[in-house]
Amino acid sequence: MGNKLTLRSLPERFSHLLARILGVIKGQSFYRHRAPVRLTHWINALAILFLLGSGLNIFNAHSRLYWGKVGADTDHPFLSIGAVDTATGTRGITQVGPWQFDTTGFLGWSKVDGEYVSRGWPDWLTIPSYQDLADARHWHFLFAWILAINGLAYLVWSLWTRHVQKDIWPTGADIKAIPQSVIDHIKLKHPTGEAAKRYNVLQRFAYLGVIGLIALMVLTGLTMSPGFDAVCPWLIDVFGGRQSARSIHFISASLIVLFVFVHLVEVILAGAINEVRSMLTGRYVVPEEHK
Amino acid sequence: MVKPADITRRAAIVAGFGGAGYLIANASSITLSPSFARLSRGVEDWTRINQHALLAPGQLAKEYSASDISPVFKANGTFNPGTDEYTAHVARGFADWRLTIDGMVSHPLSMSVAELRKLPSRTQITRHDCVEGWSAIGMWTGVQLGLLLKTAGMASGAKYAVFHCADNLTGEPAKGGEQSPGQYYESVGLVDAFHPQTLIAYNLNGKPLDIAHGAPLRLRVERQLGYKQAKYVQRIEITDSFAKIAGGQGGYWEDRGYEWYAGI
Repeated sequence: MGNKLTLRSLPERFSHLLARILGVIKGQSFYRHRAPVRLTHWINALAILFLLGSGLNIFNAHSRLYWGKVGADTDHPFLSIGAVDTATGTRGITQVGPWQFDTTGFLGWSKVDGEYVSRGWPDWLTIPSYQDLADARHWHFLFAWILAINGLAYLVWSLWTRHVQKDIWPTGADIKAIPQSVIDHIKLKHPTGEAAKRYNVLQRFAYLGVIGLIALMVLTGLTMSPGFDAVCPWLIDVFGGRQSARSIHFISASLIVLFVFVHLVEVILAGAINEVRSMLTGRYVVPEEHK
Repeated sequence: MVKPADITRRAAIVAGFGGAGYLIANASSITLSPSFARLSRGVEDWTRINQHALLAPGQLAKEYSASDISPVFKANGTFNPGTDEYTAHVARGFADWRLTIDGMVSHPLSMSVAELRKLPSRTQITRHDCVEGWSAIGMWTGVQLGLLLKTAGMASGAKYAVFHCADNLTGEPAKGGEQSPGQYYESVGLVDAFHPQTLIAYNLNGKPLDIAHGAPLRLRVERQLGYKQAKYVQRIEITDSFAKIAGGQGGYWEDRGYEWYAGI
């Protein structure tokens, strides 16, 4: 019955979804997330939040991105955010490749305490909210260490207990199920019963992807360090130069933001209360199969 | 039935999220607190200890080829010290400019630029990374600082080389209420001072340094960020502590909240 989308079944589907989001789910309780996963998840979430906020403040100190070994004022950025004086007053202009966008009020030219100022990212997105490179760097390196140590602990634990190999690495059957999984995701159809006890294939790829992105963030971050470059000079070449590494750092951060957005939407759709509870206590109510 | 373990766990979850929420809501004001400054110094020390553990003392920064040299090497900070004294030096082609090395040394030195130019030199094409994020590659020629320091002879207990400069950057107020003078200065530990790529440089890209890039003499410490590369260097003071110099943090930007260890 549940497979065909008919006009009659639509309100029923909607009420199912709403009940799911609100946590009204009938089913057996299942221990889904072990304590190390839960703990490292929340530490990671906090670290990423602070790294993103302080990273945007750091970016504002030189709001241009280049490709290659070097890049400064006279070189050509592939992305830049800045304030430009025009006949109609100062505008915030964001340039991406050959394109220019007027982003006044958000990027390049935004209000701080009621007054417009020249600023890459606006104050409500940066940590600290006021523009200060030294202070932003303090937050960034504090949470960079927390992210790296937490991430390493997670990786060691999940490889040791085979969490990655068993729960995250896609199986052959998973790969074959990709088209079906894509359709299910588009239809907002979430697994029930036994299938809800394991990660689906798109979930597996998303989690593997975000683990890879975090590793890339750490490596490109280290490549920007002149001290670490003397330890591993080859790392600069792997990323095509220090300015390329800085740009990849920014692009990876953007992809992590995209991941977080999709992740939060899926948490809500799959049952906000049930999902958040499972990441707090480990207990997850496995939705019964639709009758 | 609620078990005591559950209550402990609930308390831990509530405390954890409460703490995180407090941190997020008050991040800007926490930044300005003395305890956050202490924590940041701790993180900086931890970074320095880790990088030094990985770095052999003489391990070189990457050197580039001539084709990598930036067509325009961006100048930053002071573009011209502009004092009467400095302007007079410019007019005389820095003929009377002296570099002195004093403090905890056995033989204090005082040398002219011409005398320095006669000493064995080193030329290196390296990347300059500004703390702001930009980079430029340039070819530097100068005397290895280690050579000068060996001649001067380090007294026992010497720990730092402090570079006193001719430029005054008064624009930026010092942090934490402690007003420090705007005279530019910098300092490095003796490991970096004796590093083979650490130069008292007098040429950029084969030409004598221009005013914007620190004429007549500047420091190159290639494993650290741009603000360590002091320009217009007049005096190198060897000391066991920089606590009593200016704001006490070891440099102009350090007095304004930046890390003394600028390896990252």
